[in-house]
Amino acid sequence: MSAGPVKGVAALKRMLWEENPVIGQILGICSALAVTNLVKNTLVMCLGLIFTLMMSCFTVSLLRNVIPRQVRMIIQVLVIAAYVIVIKIILDAYLPEISNELGPYVGLIITNCIVMGRTEGYAMNNKPVDAILDGIGAGIGYSLVLLPIAMIREPLGLGTFFGMQLLPTDWTRWNMMVIAPSGFFALATYIWLVRAFKAGEGKR
Amino acid sequence: MDIQSIHPLVIFFAAITTNNILLTNFLGMCSFLAVSKDLKSSLGLGVAVIFVSTFTAPLNWLVYHKLLVPYGLEYLQYIAFIIVIAAFVQIIEMIIERVSTLLYLTLGIFLPLITVNCAIFGCVLFLVIRQYTFMQSIAYGLGAGTGWALAIAALAGIRTRMEKKSKVIAELEGPGIALIITGIMAMAFIGFSGIVKIN
Repeated sequence: MSAGPVKGVAALKRMLWEENPVIGQILGICSALAVTNLVKNTLVMCLGLIFTLMMSCFTVSLLRNVIPRQVRMIIQVLVIAAYVIVIKIILDAYLPEISNELGPYVGLIITNCIVMGRTEGYAMNNKPVDAILDGIGAGIGYSLVLLPIAMIREPLGLGTFFGMQLLPTDWTRWNMMVIAPSGFFALATYIWLVRAFKAGEGKR
Repeated sequence: MDIQSIHPLVIFFAAITTNNILLTNFLGMCSFLAVSKDLKSSLGLGVAVIFVSTFTAPLNWLVYHKLLVPYGLEYLQYIAFIIVIAAFVQIIEMIIERVSTLLYLTLGIFLPLITVNCAIFGCVLFLVIRQYTFMQSIAYGLGAGTGWALAIAALAGIRTRMEKKSKVIAELEGPGIALIITGIMAMAFIGFSGIVKIN
């Protein structure tokens, strides 16, 4: 982690690339693997995570001087759980199909280590505005990993993109791409490419 | 087939093989990748997960069906489950610390990690979504924990061996190669499909 407090927009920016929570710290990859076989579900999941991060970072930051240190973890979890329940109710009301497909993964945002990592690592020690920016940054950083992976997996596996037919219908579907193992391979490849790129950047 | 009529044993084996919580549902990945560097701590964490999931699954079943449903409070399920899991882990930790120092040193240090382990929480969410009965939920908790422990022990074994014998591309080292190994393991587990069948 970076030395010294990072404020304002810098807190948002570093989460996108240098300290990307998924690539750099390998956090929150449960959902990164599970929902990325359909672009639509991935997008909903990313928006849900950004909302949760933003709101719970804000709330935890507001309460940071009131929360006793011994019970801070459980309070953070409860704050996060409250916002996830809000998301779940909204999804059930407006997008019941997607809510069904995502199944437990919406609820699993609570145990997504990115959220806990940001509230514990940043929001507990910083002002609300910085905490919001940090949260949004982490959420977008997460989306920047998930969306590309989904955009590769869905067309190759189902021939569709966002539910629309993209490749010709006689395209032989790579069923492999939408089932579990390819999630692992896709994420590994993505991490590999990013790290290779970063290494190249460092040499220059 | 009605899901309530499936024998708990079938659910137990399905949770280990075809529906392995780690290899098909990707749950508990964070600690899976972080701890699997060495076999001994993997086994410790594995046993702790089996233990906690076996008990929290039926506990949460009771909370959901006997407390939340009768009062129409289903929307509070996430908070209720998290509290039950956290409280259970905390109590077990205190008991272990009192009873046996040795057990505390081998098992106890992994317990705090487990509260935020998505395998435990995911397991509970699945048993609510799939509407298991009480017996089925015990079998599922035990099976899911065992499946998770099996996967982490296997990965730890492979990683320890690989560290000594093989060269990995620098950028893939660590999490990258662990993910690829897990992917191959997941493919191997697909070979189980057809043995037992549940959704």
